Amino acid sequence: MPASFILRVAAPLLLWVPLLVSFYLLVRGHNAPGGGFVGGLVAASGLVFFAIARGETAAIAVMRLSPASWCGVGLLLGAGSGVLALFDPASGYLTHRWWFPDLPVKLPLNTAFIFDIGVYLVVIGTITAMFFALVAED
Amino acid sequence: MPLPDLMLILPLILGIAAAMLVACLKPASAAPVGAATAAVSFVIYLGLAGGDPASASFWAVPSLDIAGGLRLDGLAALFALLITGIGTLVLLYAGSYLKGDPRLTRLIVLLLVFMVAMLGSVTANDVITLFIFWELTSLTSFFLVAYDHEKLEARKAALQALLITGGGGLALLAGLILVAIAAGTTSLTGIIAAREAVLAHPAAVPAMLLVILGAFTKSAQFPFHFWLPNAMAAPTPVSAYLHSATMVKLGIYLLARFNPVYGSEALWQDLLTWTGLLTALTGAVLAFRETDLKRVLAYTTVTALGTLTMLLGLAPELSAMAAVTFLTVHALYKAALFLTAGILDHETGTRDASALGGLRGVMPWTAAAAVLAALSMAGLPPFLGFVGKEIVYEAAVAADGGAGLVVLGAFLVNTAGVAIAGLLGWRIFFGARPKTPKAPHDPPIAMLAGPVVLASLGLLAGLAPSLLGGWLLDGAAAAILGFPPTTYLALWHGFTPILALSAVTVLLGAVLTLLWPRLMRGLQATRRLDRFGPANGYEAALAGIIRTADATTAAVQHGSLRGYMQVLLLVAALGPLAVLVARGGIAWPADAVLDPRALAFGLIAAGAVATAVAIGTFAAVMALGLVGFGAAVVFLTFGAPDVALTQFTVEVLLVVMLATVLIRLPIHGRDSRTTRQRTGDAGIAVVAGASVTLLLLAVLASPFDPRLGVWFGENSMPGGYGQNVVNVILVDFRALDTLGEIAVLAIAAFAVIALLRGAARPLRRGN
Repeated sequence: MPASFILRVAAPLLLWVPLLVSFYLLVRGHNAPGGGFVGGLVAASGLVFFAIARGETAAIAVMRLSPASWCGVGLLLGAGSGVLALFDPASGYLTHRWWFPDLPVKLPLNTAFIFDIGVYLVVIGTITAMFFALVAED
Repeated sequence: MPLPDLMLILPLILGIAAAMLVACLKPASAAPVGAATAAVSFVIYLGLAGGDPASASFWAVPSLDIAGGLRLDGLAALFALLITGIGTLVLLYAGSYLKGDPRLTRLIVLLLVFMVAMLGSVTANDVITLFIFWELTSLTSFFLVAYDHEKLEARKAALQALLITGGGGLALLAGLILVAIAAGTTSLTGIIAAREAVLAHPAAVPAMLLVILGAFTKSAQFPFHFWLPNAMAAPTPVSAYLHSATMVKLGIYLLARFNPVYGSEALWQDLLTWTGLLTALTGAVLAFRETDLKRVLAYTTVTALGTLTMLLGLAPELSAMAAVTFLTVHALYKAALFLTAGILDHETGTRDASALGGLRGVMPWTAAAAVLAALSMAGLPPFLGFVGKEIVYEAAVAADGGAGLVVLGAFLVNTAGVAIAGLLGWRIFFGARPKTPKAPHDPPIAMLAGPVVLASLGLLAGLAPSLLGGWLLDGAAAAILGFPPTTYLALWHGFTPILALSAVTVLLGAVLTLLWPRLMRGLQATRRLDRFGPANGYEAALAGIIRTADATTAAVQHGSLRGYMQVLLLVAALGPLAVLVARGGIAWPADAVLDPRALAFGLIAAGAVATAVAIGTFAAVMALGLVGFGAAVVFLTFGAPDVALTQFTVEVLLVVMLATVLIRLPIHGRDSRTTRQRTGDAGIAVVAGASVTLLLLAVLASPFDPRLGVWFGENSMPGGYGQNVVNVILVDFRALDTLGEIAVLAIAAFAVIALLRGAARPLRRGN
């Protein structure tokens, strides 16, 4: 069932909206409703919408990597974010590290955010993988 | 790490390093490197043997109270020397025997790993280390027996050996754990020291039986003896090494190791003595009806293993000395004979005993080695075999309780041994020479070295048995007994009744050798009885397991999606309900208040009713979405914006994805279920709903414990630098859980990709 011409033309423009919202949710997640999981879901729904409008091949082209690779990168980020803590004998694996550098703007650097990005990527990868597999055209 | 400690573990490290090195080398240099490694290990053990027991710990799991380590006492040293010494010769032999075979490298790697596993098993000082290496020997044995994996026979034999020794391994694990619990320690020396506690434990007898079962399966005792002859599908170097000299003796080692604990128990003595004797006799009789040299040798190995088990069951200290002596004797002559059988197979193209003869002239060196080994096997002076046989007779005569039967059994077994030795050392090399598939001549030195060295050792050790005894065997016997033995080995005991018994044994054995062709053909008739044997029981059990699995799969995996859903829902609903009712947990909340915010539940109820009565699948999916949105509204009004946000997004995605899939499916329009089916489904729905309702009411009726929530609320900012408690819990406090969850998500994604990609292609039937 081909999507309408208007939808196909509008899809690349409209894709930015859920992606921006998802990134906003991801960044604010530590202090307000949001986070990697729901951010990932919003981004994935944007990509699913794009795949409905333009087909899964076009959606994978937008994603650059296959959904399985997104899962892999996310898992690596999540698992890797805890490794730093192992250098401190007093703390266990996945104890997050925080730095508050002396800058004019407030910029908390931390490994918890890297972990959250990992969750974000895995959720996007999983949802798109399932959807693309379900609607595969072959 | 102090030097003696390092020396204990060095052979294991060397073996693994050599296995890795060999894997990168050319096949031609694989065997020499392997043999050199084994030789170095042999020298290390030579330096350690004979002294006081050395021990060292290398790893530990403090939370489980396990301290793993190695220990080299007399018994371990005897085994370690046999393993590395025979290993050196076998590795050298294998390089020449399988020259040009592209899989030679793999064989050498596996043999090296096997050697490490054996060394680990016999030098382990705790039951956990012992068990891990024990299992590793079973695994490497599986791959070695299945070396010719294109042959069905080899694959079946490998699986049989693995199932029987692996099954025994499971029993052993259970037994060892029980023993360790009773003793309060996993250390073998600790267990022996805590003998009283082990025997007084309520589970003492089951633990002992499980340990015995593990040893009996490994050492091919009746009724598990049949796997050993079948394992002869392996290449000859493997048979010589694993299935005569080392691995099958691991069961004997275990029995010897636990003898200080159980040795004075009547059940232990009876089981070992009579099973051993039965095994020995079974092996002796079955050896006569075979013509394949390797199978003949395999059955005589079963006989020897039976004799060893019997000796360990006989209580007095003489039997411990007899066991270690006979073990050494057997390892030397049997490995030599196996290697000779391999040479015959290699050079003549056949290993059928009835088709070989008169080879003395064309293969003088091989003949010399075979004759020397056979003379030791026959127990003639001045060979070590004579010393061994004498002391076995002495131990049998000294046994109390049924001693007459034991002596008679030992006599029959030894006579059969003499007769088979005559077949291997005399019939094949003397007399007329029938034509063979290949023109035979002596093999290269690498293949001759093994049998010649081993057979000569049997002669040299026989000339000075007290040297071997004082240096090595006394220590080994001491480990079995728990105290130093007072007997000593000697070649000549004077004219005793035992010597007369030996003479009769040799004479009768010689007569049997002359009669061998007739005896062999006569025993062929007994093959008709084989279907009542334990080997057939094994086949039947295996077939039964497959039949049961087939029937279960057919009953459970029937292919109806609706049926699966019904079973899943009913189990999920009735399981908790049954527990709730049985534990008397059904309750009504004490102070039920109606909150105005609960009106949002109306949305959920409306969605549920709409789903149930919807006509057509699309409408049902949409109505189902309403249920989800209702739930999200509930979360929102009760102060969980995070969960509500997620719920909204999930619901949108679910409806979109379901709708997209439904468009592509060929089902349109109305529900195809009959009224009867719909009624049944409605019943299941009501049960599931009632179960969840009752559970929730019970939860509400119990007092709410706010401690966790309060703790997380207080610690979220100072501990995790975040105001969103939910997020801080997810990424920080319980980050490991989240990591596990995203791993599960990723695995689910991979599974969906694999499943649906696979389903898109037509299925290929059969395997």
